[in-house]
Amino acid sequence: MSEVPSELKFLSSHEWVMVEGDIATIGVSDHAQELLGDLVYVELPDVGDTIAAGDSVGVIESVKAASDTYAPISGEIIEVNADLEDSPERINVDPYGDGWMYKMSIEDAEELENLLDAAAYSDSILDDE
Amino acid sequence: MGNQTPLYQCHLDAGAKLVDFAGWDMPINYGSQITEHEVVRTDAGMFDVSHMTVVDVSGSQAKAYLQHLLANDVARLKVEGKALYSCMLNEQGGVIDDLIVYYLRDNFYRVVINSATREKDLAWLARQAEAFSDLNTRFRDDVAMIAVQGPCAIEKAIPLFGEHQQQVLAQLARFQGAEFDDCFVARTGYTGEDGFEILMLSDQIADLWDRLLAAGIVPCGLGARDTLRLEAGMNLYGSDMDETTSPLVSGLSWTVAMSDDRAFVGRAALEAEKADGVKQSFVGLLLMDKGVLRNHLRVVTSAGDGEITSGSYSPSLQKSIAMARVPAGVSGVVEVEVRNKMLQARIVKLPFVREGKSMLSNEGENV
Repeated sequence: MSEVPSELKFLSSHEWVMVEGDIATIGVSDHAQELLGDLVYVELPDVGDTIAAGDSVGVIESVKAASDTYAPISGEIIEVNADLEDSPERINVDPYGDGWMYKMSIEDAEELENLLDAAAYSDSILDDE
Repeated sequence: MGNQTPLYQCHLDAGAKLVDFAGWDMPINYGSQITEHEVVRTDAGMFDVSHMTVVDVSGSQAKAYLQHLLANDVARLKVEGKALYSCMLNEQGGVIDDLIVYYLRDNFYRVVINSATREKDLAWLARQAEAFSDLNTRFRDDVAMIAVQGPCAIEKAIPLFGEHQQQVLAQLARFQGAEFDDCFVARTGYTGEDGFEILMLSDQIADLWDRLLAAGIVPCGLGARDTLRLEAGMNLYGSDMDETTSPLVSGLSWTVAMSDDRAFVGRAALEAEKADGVKQSFVGLLLMDKGVLRNHLRVVTSAGDGEITSGSYSPSLQKSIAMARVPAGVSGVVEVEVRNKMLQARIVKLPFVREGKSMLSNEGENV
């Protein structure tokens, strides 16, 4: 079983969201990195990009496959994890910590209600485990 | 649930992540395919290749049959145990499969073909055999195989054999096999590293696996096997060539023996293709931009479009590499279309890596 921290919100496409005040930090779940295997390339959005919930904002690629990542909510990109450029394997090692992908402003807090909580996300990946 | 090799339980015990491969439940990795790749380049790893199809060909017409069936010429095999890589072609010159044939002794050959192509291959072998008498083709569904690969593979594996076998194996030349009472061992592989492929009866193979494991040889999955063979510039059937592509446009001209007048299936088509001028070359690509090259991506060159046949990430070079079919004569820098972006890649000589060393640096290239 992969790890699903209870304090995070999730998309069914395996992104996690951590909310701190009006800032959200986004990464991909432990389950997603397990499915993909060793990551070798991560393409992140640019700081200053304005994105809408559901937009494709980047790509993570493992040795075997490429996978789009989607914006969980709308807002502006305020910081990206530049370390992933040279060390994409951080997502494999620590998906909820050093492997974070980007931080964004929260334009509309109500959009957070559309995200899955940890229990619902755990249910959604049950069939894959 | 798919077919299981006799090593299925060994894979579970080793923590394998299993995937479907041509109807077989096979390990894709045992944790990290990059780590497994590196183990084979620097030490010793082992692969379950029991899903491969083994066929013994015997009888007084065995040689004549194989000379008719294969694009390479088994007459080149003069020493017992010697191996030859060849394609098996259709009448149009397309590749039905690639294979290794071992000359075990007079009137006796062993052919190892792919698993994904098993049914059509066996049907083709039977059909081509109809014209020959005193010929026996026996599909060996009673055997299993482990490939032990890496710079330390042979020294780690040899002590597991009996005294007489150890002496023979220590002297074994590259691309040479030796048959013993209880196993067949060949110094062949699919990784670009030295090593053995060990074939034995299915009910004995799990014991061998356990002893190899105890000797410090690391289980490796199909994921690492694919990046290793790609770095080594070795073709994968179904990706790099198939029934619609000839060996001449698949980097396999060196495996086609046409210097004498031997008649083999597909020869006329290859001669016509040569006479007309071979239209495509099969090349290596090294991605200069960031990203990962993938199968089927479009390659844009000054002479027209080509296509990536196998693309991935090279753990040894820490860059993306690919094999591609491009218009004949193209060299230098080309573009590859990746998600609507054009990335720059350079055409390079195959292989990318051989025996743990980058071959790119040998060309004085800046890698």
